[in-house]
Order: sequence, then C-alpha cells, then structure tokens
Amino acid sequence: MSMAAEEEASRPFAGLSDVSISEDIPVEGDISVPVGPSRTEEEFSTLDEPVKETILRDLRAVGNKFIHVLYPRRSSALLRDWDLWGPLLLCVTLALLLQDGTADSDHEGGPQFAEVFVIVWFGSIIITLNSKLLGGTLSFFQSLCVLGYCILPLTVAMVVCRIVLFGASGTIGFVVRLVVVTASFGWSTFASTAFLSDSQPANRRALVVYPVFLFYFVIGWMVLTFSPSTERQP
Amino acid sequence: PPPQPAGLSAELEEAAQLLSADPTASTLSMSVPPTTPAGGGDVKLDLSEDEQLLGGQKQGGGFWTFEYYQSFFNVDTMQVLERVRGAVMPVPGRSFLKHHVRTGPDLYGPFWICVTLVFSMAISGNVSTFLSQTGNPEYHYRPQFHRVTIAAAVIFMYAWLVPVALWAFLTWRRGAERQIGGYSFLETVCVYGYSLFIYIPTSVLWSIPVQWLQWVLVLVSMGVSGSVLVLTFWPVVRDDTKVMAAATLATILVLHTLLAVGCKLYFFQASEKGAPWPTSQPVQASATTPTV
Repeated sequence: MSMAAEEEASRPFAGLSDVSISEDIPVEGDISVPVGPSRTEEEFSTLDEPVKETILRDLRAVGNKFIHVLYPRRSSALLRDWDLWGPLLLCVTLALLLQDGTADSDHEGGPQFAEVFVIVWFGSIIITLNSKLLGGTLSFFQSLCVLGYCILPLTVAMVVCRIVLFGASGTIGFVVRLVVVTASFGWSTFASTAFLSDSQPANRRALVVYPVFLFYFVIGWMVLTFSPSTERQP
Repeated sequence: PPPQPAGLSAELEEAAQLLSADPTASTLSMSVPPTTPAGGGDVKLDLSEDEQLLGGQKQGGGFWTFEYYQSFFNVDTMQVLERVRGAVMPVPGRSFLKHHVRTGPDLYGPFWICVTLVFSMAISGNVSTFLSQTGNPEYHYRPQFHRVTIAAAVIFMYAWLVPVALWAFLTWRRGAERQIGGYSFLETVCVYGYSLFIYIPTSVLWSIPVQWLQWVLVLVSMGVSGSVLVLTFWPVVRDDTKVMAAATLATILVLHTLLAVGCKLYFFQASEKGAPWPTSQPVQASATTPTV
C-alpha cells in the first residue's frame, strides 16, 4: 500500500521526467527576497555616521533613563536597555564633588575619590550578588544599571549642598542640607525598590530592600557630612 | 514475623548498647527501604555521603557553581528576624543553633550584620565626637571617613577569622568523631555573625557622650552576645576535659571582650566635654595643648 502511495505522489511530476532544459528556452523571472536582513545590517553598521550622532544617541539614552529615575513609573526602559554610562557619570561627578581640595595630612577628612568609587561600585556589585543569591530574576547588569542610575537624586542633593555651603554655613544651612539629603535619600531608595522589588519572591523582599536602603544611607551620609576645610572659608 | 538477616540484628544490638552507655549522644535516624533483599544481604542506606556528613542538608554543586552559594542564602525575612531575636534574647539552656537555626545556617545574616555594624560604628563614632566637642570653639567638624576602613578591617577579621580558628580547634579536639555533634564551619560563622547584632543598637547609643552610660552599655552588650556564644558552644565543649573546656570558653569571651572594649575606646574617644581638640596634631592621647 505504501508503494501505491508513492506512485501517486510522483504522478504529477511524472510528465517532467523526460523534459530537459536547453539553452533555447529563455528563463525569465523575478527572484524577490524580502530585504529584511540587509536592511538591519545597515542599521547596525554605524561606521559611516558622523561622530556627533553616535555620541548623541548614547547621551539621549542616558538622559532618557535619568528621566525615568526622576519620575519612577512602572516602565521597563531602565531594565530593557541597560547601560553603565549613566552610573559611571554619576559616580565620577559625586566623587569629584566630595573632594575637599586640601592635602589631607591629618587623615580626618571626608572620603577620598577612590573610597567613593569603591563604595559605589563594590556596594552595587555586592547588592546585586545578594539579590541574585536570594533568588532574584534580574540579570547582573540590569541590577547594576538600576542601582547606579538611582544615585541621581543624591548627586543633585550634593550639588545643592555645595551651593548652600557657599551661602549659609551655620545651623540653618545644616537644617536645609539635612532636609534636602533626607528627601533625596528617600527618593533614591523608593525609585530603586520600584524597579528591584518586583523581581523577588514576596517573602524575601525585605531582605533585598534592606541592603539598598543601607547603600543609599551611606551615600547620603557622605553627602550630608561634606564640610569644606577651614582654609577655604571666608 | 519475617526472619531478620543476621547482620541487621547484630547492628541493632550494638546500637542499643552504645545508646544505653551514652543516652545523650545524638543519633542519626535513617530510613530503611521496606523490602529487604531476599538474599539476606546488608541493608543499604539511601543517604549519599554528603547528606550523612552534613546531617541531611543538601548542597547543590561544587564550590565553583553559583548554586552552591545560593544554598547559604536560603532564608526568608521571617527566619532572619527570628534568628536575630534569638541572638538578642538568649535563654539559658537553649543553644542558639539548635533552637533558632533549624533549617540550616545562612550567610545573609552574618554578612549584612557585619556591614551594618561597620557603618554604624563609624557613623556613631563621628556623631559622638561631634556631640562631645560642640562647646569647643576651636573644633571644626571633620567627617573622619578613615574610620570606616578601620572598622571594616577589624569587624570582618573578627567575624571571619575567629570562627575559622575556633572551628579548626574544636574539630581537632573532637578528633576521630567526624563532626557528629560538632558544628560545621558555616554554623560557627553563623553564630558569631548573629551574636554581633546586639552591638548595632549599642553603637548607636554609644554616641551619647556620657561616660558611665557607655560603660554600662559595654557590659550589657558583652553579656548578651557573650552568653549567646557560651550557650551555643557549651554542649560541644563539655565533652572535653574540664581544663580545655574552660580554656576554650574563656578564650571566646576574652576575644569578645577585646572587640567590644577596643571598639568603644577607639571609635568613641573624646567623651570628655571641654577637652582640647587637637587641630594640627595627630590624634594621639597626648597632654600637649594645641598651638593656634
């Protein structure tokens, strides 16, 4: 019975078995292939675009993520296209602003540039490892990206604190700085937990949020206790 | 009743003899498959070697895999809180490990308690220095950030090296008994980590610059965390000779005291109001007044 089926299948082409194509028969036609692959190849090949456009594209992505941090919504822009330019920029800015400018011979001053760097980056890495070990679903770099970007409110607070220190350096100045730093610390923690806590099972959420809280608390402490040295005050 | 294989009854007799000699010995109960082989051979145990040694706790993979470390973070929020509560309120007669750490030791608690303690010591020390010098016109506030580095070195060395030494010592003393009744390395680290928790609120309270209050706090916190350690290690140590048992416990307590007193003295130094603030001189306990 299978033999008969085979013969049935070959019957439509049976008539062609003795046809040979000679060069006299012109073969015309149009082989149209969807142009998809070659078009996306052109998109990825960004060698020919002007440098300004390359830089602006990355800057626009970073700026877009800044806006997402400032107005935390349930959006996945920070998570989907993670990048580490923003965190690097924020960390360097923060570390530079926390510099005292004096040769710290008495070792009693604020954090050095390297100390700020280590705290921010190793702190983020350790918190990311912690959330992954507790069973989180975010990838390593997504977590780093979120934690780094959420330093933005504290960096803004640092700028504000430095401006305030130029003007009022007494108790009023301290109260203003305290309010600003507390508000931005709360903002940072709230923004990052909005992104991070969804990826954890419910009974471990507090275990993941606490290190984030501690991380931003320490950075907030460094911002609040920044005091320029006596030699530079008027 | 079906006839038991000869080897099995001999083993049962031996087990009964051992148990009657030492009723407090911990026993491992193993499940025997219901159908014994018809040939009357030895009863095969279903436990793998890992489970036998670790008392039933499975660890996934080798130490180079991620799952191996994930097994140390297998705790919920409520479990961590319960362990912290057990470390803060020790009950005489209840070992912290037997009573509170039932699902296996974790590394989350010890690690984050140490990190929190580092920052709470450094920050509270800074605050206490500031509070004790507010009346002093020569004083200019300094963040003293180098204290974080020092606190981190001291606390992490204590919380990780002392358990290593203690575990190695206890294992050596137990000799050939192969960890039955002793504590694994992780359990030792776990106990030490949680016992440090009481120092976090203590360090915050140390920032109040009142001398007698600070020393009262030292005694209270040393009492609490020292008793957690002693109550946990007593069942392990009491099988040893009296001298060694006493020496081991004394060493544990002495090291703990050194940590508490050392931290208090270093981080919460200038606790006398009106003492001259050394501006341009290194922070040594010197009696010279600073020259302006």
